[in-house]
Amino acid sequence: MTQATHRSAEEIGRTEAGPRPLPPLGEPRALRTPDVVDTELPNGLRLIAARHGVVPMVEARLRIPFAGEDPMHPARAEVLAETVLTGTAARDRVQVDTDLAAVGGELHAVVDPERLSFVGSALSSGLGTLLEVLGDALTGAAYAADEVAGERDRLVERLAVARSQPRVIAREELQRHRYGDHPFVREVPQAADVGQVGPEDVRELHARAVLPRGATLVLVGDIDPDTVVDEVTRILAPWDAAGTAAELPALPRLQGGDVRLVHRDGAVQSQLRMSAQGLHRTDERYPALQIANLSFGGYFSSRLVENIREDKGYTYGAHSSFEFTRGNGTILVDADTASEVTAAALLEMRYEFGRLALVPPTAAEVESARQYAIGGLLTSTSSQSGLASMLSTLAACGLDHRWLSAHPDRLREVTAEQVAEAAQLYAPTSFTGVVVGDAAKIGDQLRALGGVVLP
Amino acid sequence: MVEPPLHRVTLPNGLRVVLAPDSAQGASGQAPVVGVSVHYDVGFRSEPEGRTGFAHLFEHLMFQGSESLEKLAHFRHVQGSGGTFNGSTHQDYTDYFQVLPSAALERALFLEADRMRAPKLTEENLRNQVDVVKEEIRLNVLNRPYGGFPWILLPPVLYSTFANAHNGYGDFTDLEQATVDDCAAFFDTFYAPANAVLTIAGDFDVDHATELVHRHFGDVPAREVRSRPSFAEPFPTEQLTGVHTDPHAPLPAIALGHRLPDPVGELDQYLANIVLAAVLTDGDASRLQQRMVYREPLVVDVHAGCGLMGAPLDARDPDTFTLTAIHTPEVDAERVVAAVDAELESIAASGPTAEELSRVTSRWAASLHREHDRVISRTLDLGSAELIHGRAELISELPRRIAEVGADEVAAAAKALTPDARATLRVQPDSNSAGGAA
Repeated sequence: MTQATHRSAEEIGRTEAGPRPLPPLGEPRALRTPDVVDTELPNGLRLIAARHGVVPMVEARLRIPFAGEDPMHPARAEVLAETVLTGTAARDRVQVDTDLAAVGGELHAVVDPERLSFVGSALSSGLGTLLEVLGDALTGAAYAADEVAGERDRLVERLAVARSQPRVIAREELQRHRYGDHPFVREVPQAADVGQVGPEDVRELHARAVLPRGATLVLVGDIDPDTVVDEVTRILAPWDAAGTAAELPALPRLQGGDVRLVHRDGAVQSQLRMSAQGLHRTDERYPALQIANLSFGGYFSSRLVENIREDKGYTYGAHSSFEFTRGNGTILVDADTASEVTAAALLEMRYEFGRLALVPPTAAEVESARQYAIGGLLTSTSSQSGLASMLSTLAACGLDHRWLSAHPDRLREVTAEQVAEAAQLYAPTSFTGVVVGDAAKIGDQLRALGGVVLP
Repeated sequence: MVEPPLHRVTLPNGLRVVLAPDSAQGASGQAPVVGVSVHYDVGFRSEPEGRTGFAHLFEHLMFQGSESLEKLAHFRHVQGSGGTFNGSTHQDYTDYFQVLPSAALERALFLEADRMRAPKLTEENLRNQVDVVKEEIRLNVLNRPYGGFPWILLPPVLYSTFANAHNGYGDFTDLEQATVDDCAAFFDTFYAPANAVLTIAGDFDVDHATELVHRHFGDVPAREVRSRPSFAEPFPTEQLTGVHTDPHAPLPAIALGHRLPDPVGELDQYLANIVLAAVLTDGDASRLQQRMVYREPLVVDVHAGCGLMGAPLDARDPDTFTLTAIHTPEVDAERVVAAVDAELESIAASGPTAEELSRVTSRWAASLHREHDRVISRTLDLGSAELIHGRAELISELPRRIAEVGADEVAAAAKALTPDARATLRVQPDSNSAGGAA
């Protein structure tokens, strides 16, 4: 297949002219800030509408705080999300899909311990239809007995599939390890609980918790933000109720401690999941922490990735990211590694935690991370869907588009000293976590390493 | 919307260049970002026997340094300019790409030209990346339920030649035996400028970009490109079956594979299959969702589509119509297949309704707009369409051409998916395995 006569690798790797200098960057071009309207409707719903981009589409994100303390809440909430778009008095399931299809539309509902979200899109000429289908479901979801029964049974099967995924298992174990029985840990409902959910349970939950006050609708695309306010107000006016959507109770401050080993039979790879207390997006130290985090493991050119992937080949990917809940932020670090090198990878991870806290990022590391953070913001919000998701995420933190457009300057102003201070949050003693893998293969290594509780 | 006008340049060394500047400079929210990709006309179908997974392994090595750049420098320069990067290996091509603030366009072109001219292929980097690729395979295949389903598992059932049937991720033994000299031979054979398409899309000026392309790629020496072999093989003449035991899967699954019309030479017939797949499984009102998920119900989920890697028009001939379903142990695989066949026969006999066709048309137009609103998707689709079809314009023509597909053509497509020329792969859970965490 390949050529028999070819140059050697050494010959390929050099030219007569020799190495060349990296060209400088050109003049930065400014982002045209989108026209945005951010307002509260008479029913208490916050509406954020932005004109953005050139494709004739519109993106919709409705986010309703949806927390519940009842142990059965996750199961009921999951069945609700699966059936809320399966029919109303005006439309059955097929009609919902047919009406959406006619305007190139999609609409899905998903739920987690914090919120119920509707994620949708349509040709912008079909925004009215998209909003009508959404409004119809919000005010008149029927939860027909056969639809609830069907989705409930499928959900039980899907939960079995989800819980066979290593990343789902690892997430669930980390949540329990970090937060005990706080409602935040109940991300995947128990199959036995789901089996008990009936149509009345779901209707009751909908009436009590699917509320406009406290919720946010984001619309981004080829729309006129001003006229869209009237359209949304009119179409969603029937969605009205007393009360305010339920926010998740505050999370306890995360404490560092031992890592817990969770056995998974027959695993050929282990999931390392570490976490420490971080900062909320609204904290003035947040931009510095963002840069510290990138330097640690938040992008490819980071200490952790260069160490355990590019130097040692222990993993395909290592990541460090933030998770925000209302008023709180944590740091999450993950990598998946072969059983043989699991303990060695954990050792290197701990080494890099210590190194970040004690040997802060250099000027070059800070500069690279700063540019990446600024550029990444530009790229991720350059599409309609990216901007819609970003505005929806910010709204949940109580922030708006002005925060977004001012953030590049915040990043530009961060000093190396501020990064070094933020890096203190990465002290090894601040972290705890789980390792999911085959205990028969990795137990001895982890016992020898220490700081790991074995099953 | 105004379609972006395309510009083309071919350099004396044979490098083909597609330029797709943003059409509406200064529109509200228009971001100053640019996408750059290089598509090489070699994928895992071209890798040598005994070297399964080599094309993908080689992709990793293209990030490991070049004459002007030390190991790790490529990542640092892209990300330190505010950009993101990646690469991916497909059946018939390998792509490399960045999205960056438009001020970093020249830097991206420099980086791509440097590794096209003189990549540094070393023993140390090769061994390191073999380890990384093995972890990638453990992550995506060996340690995961339904790993490699169906893209690795179905081809050996449907196809008979090494090129079409082998595992494109590679066997560990083959990966470990790869040598630096294999890399040199692969590079000299397939990574010539005349075997590549460079695409630039987004916020840039055409004249300036053209000058930069000449400046950085102009002196990459021309090398001969051998004519591409055909990977054609006859259609199956009987039912082909395979069984795979998955130690992590909690439920059985099934994949059906059919041969598609030639995506390049028989494009209209191929597009009819795209419509057919959407009529079968796209949306709650689609035929198989209605029948198999809601009415009967037989499966937990079902999906039909053209292409092995999850997207249509991503490969040359031969290509695969794929249908996958996960079902409960109480449901026999035969019942799942029978339900699929009943709907195929119904569509073959009567065609889809006008309403079914129009819903597919609207959703396709919308999903393409949405997809191409992301500069990276736009860049990559233009590049692969130019490489495979010789026409980057195809991506903006697709909504119209999909809308022109008629009921008779969809009926003909359904009729061609006959049970006696099909591969059936069954995935069964390992009864000795618990699956989850203890």
